[in-house]
Amino acid sequence: MSTCSVSKGCFVFKPSAKKRRLSDKTAHDFRCTSNDSEDTELRFVTCQSLWNQIKSETEQIQENLNKQLLDNLVSFLSRSHSDFQEKTTEWTCRMKFREIPTAALVLGVNVTDHDLTFRGLSDILQDNITPYVALLEAKDCPGIKNLMQKLMGQLMKCDINVDSLEDEDSVQVSQNRIRCSMPSLISWYDSVTKKTNSETPSKKRNSSSRHWQSPPVVVIFKDMESFTTKVLQDFIVISSQHIHELPLVLIFGIATSPMIIHRLLPHSVSSLLCIELFQSLSCKEHLSTIIDKLLLTSRFPFKLGEKVLQVLINIFLYHDFSVQNFIKGFQLCIVEHFYSQPLSVLCCHLADIKKRVYSLSHDQCENIRRLPSFRRYVEKQESGKQIELLTNDSFLKEETEKLLGDLHVYHENYVRILRCLHVFTSSLPKYPLGKQIRELHCACLENRVWETEEYESSLQLARMLNKTDLVTMLQQCVEILMSSSEKEFDRAVEKLKEFLTQFQNLEAEASQEQDVSVSPQKELQKKTDLYHLQKTLLELKESRRSKKLTKFEMLRFEVVDYIDSLVRRYLAPADERALHEIAYFNGAAVLRGHLNAAPRTALHTALNSPHWYLKNQALRCDGGGISNKAPDICIVYKLHLECGRLINLVDWLEAFSTVVMAAEEPNADAASSDQVDDVIHARFIRAVSELELLGFIKPSKQKTDHVARLTWGGC
Amino acid sequence: MSRPQGMRGSRRSLQVKFVPDEDVLKHISDDAGTKVRKDKAQLHVSVKRFVKKLENISDNEAQEILEEKNYVAALGICARDPVGNGSNISGGEVYSFQTPKRSNKMAELASELAQTPEKNVAPDDSKCPEKMAKTPQSSKRSSSNKVQQRSKKKEFVSTTPYRLRKRLAAPDPYLESESEYSASCSEEEDEDEQKEVSAVLSDQKTPAKTKAASTPPPRNSLAKKNKEQKMGNLVEEYFEAHSSSKVLTSDRTLQKLRKRRLDQQTLHDLLKNAPLAYAAEIRDLNQQHESLFSKWMLQLHLGFNIVLYGLGSKRDLLEKFRTSLLQDSVHLVVNGYFPSITVRSILNSITEEVLDHIGTFRSPLDQLEFITKRFKEDSSLELYVLIHNLDSQMLRGERSQQILAQLSSLPSIYLIASIDHINAPLMWDQAKLSLYNWLWYETTTFNPYVEETSYENSLLVQQSGSLALSSLMHVLHSLTLNARGIFRLLAQHQLEKKDNPSYPGLSFQDFYQQCREAFLVNSDLTLRAQLTEFRDHKLIRTKRGADGVEYLLIPVDDSTLTDFLEKEDEDV
Repeated sequence: MSTCSVSKGCFVFKPSAKKRRLSDKTAHDFRCTSNDSEDTELRFVTCQSLWNQIKSETEQIQENLNKQLLDNLVSFLSRSHSDFQEKTTEWTCRMKFREIPTAALVLGVNVTDHDLTFRGLSDILQDNITPYVALLEAKDCPGIKNLMQKLMGQLMKCDINVDSLEDEDSVQVSQNRIRCSMPSLISWYDSVTKKTNSETPSKKRNSSSRHWQSPPVVVIFKDMESFTTKVLQDFIVISSQHIHELPLVLIFGIATSPMIIHRLLPHSVSSLLCIELFQSLSCKEHLSTIIDKLLLTSRFPFKLGEKVLQVLINIFLYHDFSVQNFIKGFQLCIVEHFYSQPLSVLCCHLADIKKRVYSLSHDQCENIRRLPSFRRYVEKQESGKQIELLTNDSFLKEETEKLLGDLHVYHENYVRILRCLHVFTSSLPKYPLGKQIRELHCACLENRVWETEEYESSLQLARMLNKTDLVTMLQQCVEILMSSSEKEFDRAVEKLKEFLTQFQNLEAEASQEQDVSVSPQKELQKKTDLYHLQKTLLELKESRRSKKLTKFEMLRFEVVDYIDSLVRRYLAPADERALHEIAYFNGAAVLRGHLNAAPRTALHTALNSPHWYLKNQALRCDGGGISNKAPDICIVYKLHLECGRLINLVDWLEAFSTVVMAAEEPNADAASSDQVDDVIHARFIRAVSELELLGFIKPSKQKTDHVARLTWGGC
Repeated sequence: MSRPQGMRGSRRSLQVKFVPDEDVLKHISDDAGTKVRKDKAQLHVSVKRFVKKLENISDNEAQEILEEKNYVAALGICARDPVGNGSNISGGEVYSFQTPKRSNKMAELASELAQTPEKNVAPDDSKCPEKMAKTPQSSKRSSSNKVQQRSKKKEFVSTTPYRLRKRLAAPDPYLESESEYSASCSEEEDEDEQKEVSAVLSDQKTPAKTKAASTPPPRNSLAKKNKEQKMGNLVEEYFEAHSSSKVLTSDRTLQKLRKRRLDQQTLHDLLKNAPLAYAAEIRDLNQQHESLFSKWMLQLHLGFNIVLYGLGSKRDLLEKFRTSLLQDSVHLVVNGYFPSITVRSILNSITEEVLDHIGTFRSPLDQLEFITKRFKEDSSLELYVLIHNLDSQMLRGERSQQILAQLSSLPSIYLIASIDHINAPLMWDQAKLSLYNWLWYETTTFNPYVEETSYENSLLVQQSGSLALSSLMHVLHSLTLNARGIFRLLAQHQLEKKDNPSYPGLSFQDFYQQCREAFLVNSDLTLRAQLTEFRDHKLIRTKRGADGVEYLLIPVDDSTLTDFLEKEDEDV
């Protein structure tokens, strides 16, 4: 069946039932292309399990991060209607009840992450406070009527979920029939709460423990900024009239700043709200935690290369601030890595490595030998071992296992020392190596960090730290190193502890030194004469330069030097390690192409320099121009660039035919070309309508036979 | 550039400048002498200002380029893509602003391109000028003249105002071609001056420079200066080009070309017969993309959706994907370029044909909810959706995109779509992007957009006049005699004015008068009722002019109208 038609735009294809694909064929796709190896099945399984592990991990992290916020909210909700619980009917209470308790939830600009927060929130609310939670979005509520409809629909559904007695269909009907108004909502609420109260013994086994007698009705406005002002105002005014009958609580999700409430609502309306402000964790901190828990850990065998990480972080910082998108990018990295690298089958936990290495096929061994890092490694070995490595598969496997183990150990050590170094660099003035640990991580991955200028200057600064700072940092480092189970750092810990005790010893001596140091200062105060002052200052300076370093300074030097030695030993970039290709994903260009594409740039390139895509010598042209043999659309595009706002089609056509005819028959007889050839005319028409489709021009009524340019400038 | 300032500048400059005798003569004989002075004054001021600006700009530009490079490097562009996409172009190049071009720049470029000698073909330059001289239609000729003129102009002393030089050059018979260029609207004298000044500015620049540096700048440095200028007062230039409603283009129309318009069928046939250039290379390119098919499948299954971009029709590619991989699964193909496609029809085909649901829905949102529910309930349900041109006119609206995005976010619906419009990514905000969960693939195919443009109403293609004529006749026959008369009157009037390109239409009052005189209506209410009926049948269009008067126009081309009148005459 063809999909071209002049009467229809949608075509559905349904294969017969038995031919239908089964859904578990994802692994099959994985296999299709990676034809070179039989490990695909295993690779796919590894990939999936790794991703699932990471996914659950990130969800856990996010839950923990939001915990504080959600707890605050829950306590706010339980506080807000405690008065209502007590059924006080006094006048003063009434007065107060005209105000709707409201929580303003400032969530930051990363709108895409909000969904997750709201989902967590409504889950928690339903578990702890009330079954009646409605989530409203601006796009569903263009008017107050739709809003009420949506609200009642959701609330009544909650009801079904709680007691699940009624038949769904009947509710569906009733929902459509019910006139959506506040009174009907109230009568519904009354009936529901009465029902729950009456059937206490049987039903209440869970709800009585969690919910109160008359639980509040929580209405969440997910994206407050995009609601129409009128709708919000109306809703608030109406519901404030009924607040004494219906315990309503509003939650506003705010992406910008709390000021927006007052901008959207006039004073008369906002005075009906009793607003409390809640602030969620900033998305940057969120990201830091994610990076800390996902990347700077040896729990996951899969690692990101420097460029890749940089791309992901840049997309986050420059484009969306969305942690979700960061994780999506991470997922893509995993998929790409396992898909494109046949040896990624070895990218697994340490425990499995041995088994997997020994089951490698000969082809896979050849793959290992082809890895650039492995070749570098081989070249460093003595000749006998070289031959063994290149010819003997089982020897290679042994060696591979050893190297992979080394890689694992390297990474574990790397993370510890990185954290230690970060303790130092994060407190230096101006942060030469960056404030966040991710910046430091990138710097270390990129090249030998100790060869960079920034590192040099941060060492300089570290040599000027004061004692209290230095001591606390050393203590932190000790803690970090102690947390490792490895024996590797025993010596380092010992050494650091030794430094600490030395510092303590210094303290005792310090008091004596103070007396000595006071004397020249006093002398200085006596002099009032400018000349003498200058002289003494010079002398002082002279003496200070030649003076021996104090004990503290010596010790400080020692500490910094020791840290430096640790850095040099453990923080070598990963791509110097053999077999790093197995664990590290380095396809930054691929990642960037998929996540942060530039469609306009691609069009621009295709139109301006077609030889970039069409590898033909005739198209090659120096100096940015295009040859007259370029595809029609390129020529037409190039010509249109020379025009102003309007383009005369006749001139355009003529210019086009001049170019095309010159390209086709450079020395043809010119006399015949008075009239434009039909074929060229047709080609011109096609090219112009293609440009119209691409959005460069549009027909114009301003002048006959003119089109208007839609772009200004180069593209 | 205020006037008083300009006058002051002129006085100062008049004191110093040397004016050759001939120029003085011309000046005296000129009746609009004052204007010349004004021109000159503005010229000087602007040149001065311009030179000053250049200095600032070059600094800023360097700074900008540096920053841009940093950013680009940070994004990891430097790593070349093996597939060879063009993403290594910096944004500045794509979005840079250009100076407004002179009216016949296109012809110049054309002749330039035509003349560029081929590497493998022996250059045959001698023929080219000849050819140009021979062509009677003068765009090419004028272009070559222009070049000559300009080289001539450069010989003049720089201080000579443009007006004078123009007049000096006037004896040159070729300059007639200038008259071919006219503004699209009536223009005021004042505006005209400014435009000329700005046009001259670029010419003047070279001499101004030579005065300063006393050595003629080499050509490439000149080009560099040009670029700097381009980057420079881009804001001003933008508004300059867009503020005044007039544009200088030639008045020639396709009708004068002594060339019949092609209709859709002949166009199609002609193109079919014309060989596709670089077919082999294009095939290579497509094969590269086809190797990605199974990767697409994998990524679709992992919860991503795929969007294809790049020059060239991606229809064939997607069709191939469909026929090679989707034969055994339920899938829906949507031709986004189809002129009457709607989200509703897409949703309908899902509910009716995929889910076999009979019944209607109150709104697309309800329908979407239903689909969501069904797909969530039945996990064995899977649907592949292929959308050609997700960015088409009909689908690019905010609401349609929202619904499609929500649809695509369902875990068992796999969406693969293509976009072509340069501004297509602007359709999506962050929320929609995260729903779509796109993976972008560059698939530049260089295939002609045959299907996609076949529904387009191109200006160049003869509107299928036969159809319009028959529908006209059809509607008209169902009307009363008086109504037909009214329409006839309008048609005749429009044909009389067909030579006037800026004919706005017949004003309602005039039309009413004419109808009364022909005893066709007796009150303007009757006429209005009649016109409403015409408008409902899309026989006429009304629009309000600048003075608030209503103008009536028949939106049919003149030849069809003539045919129509002839037919009517036969009938009567």
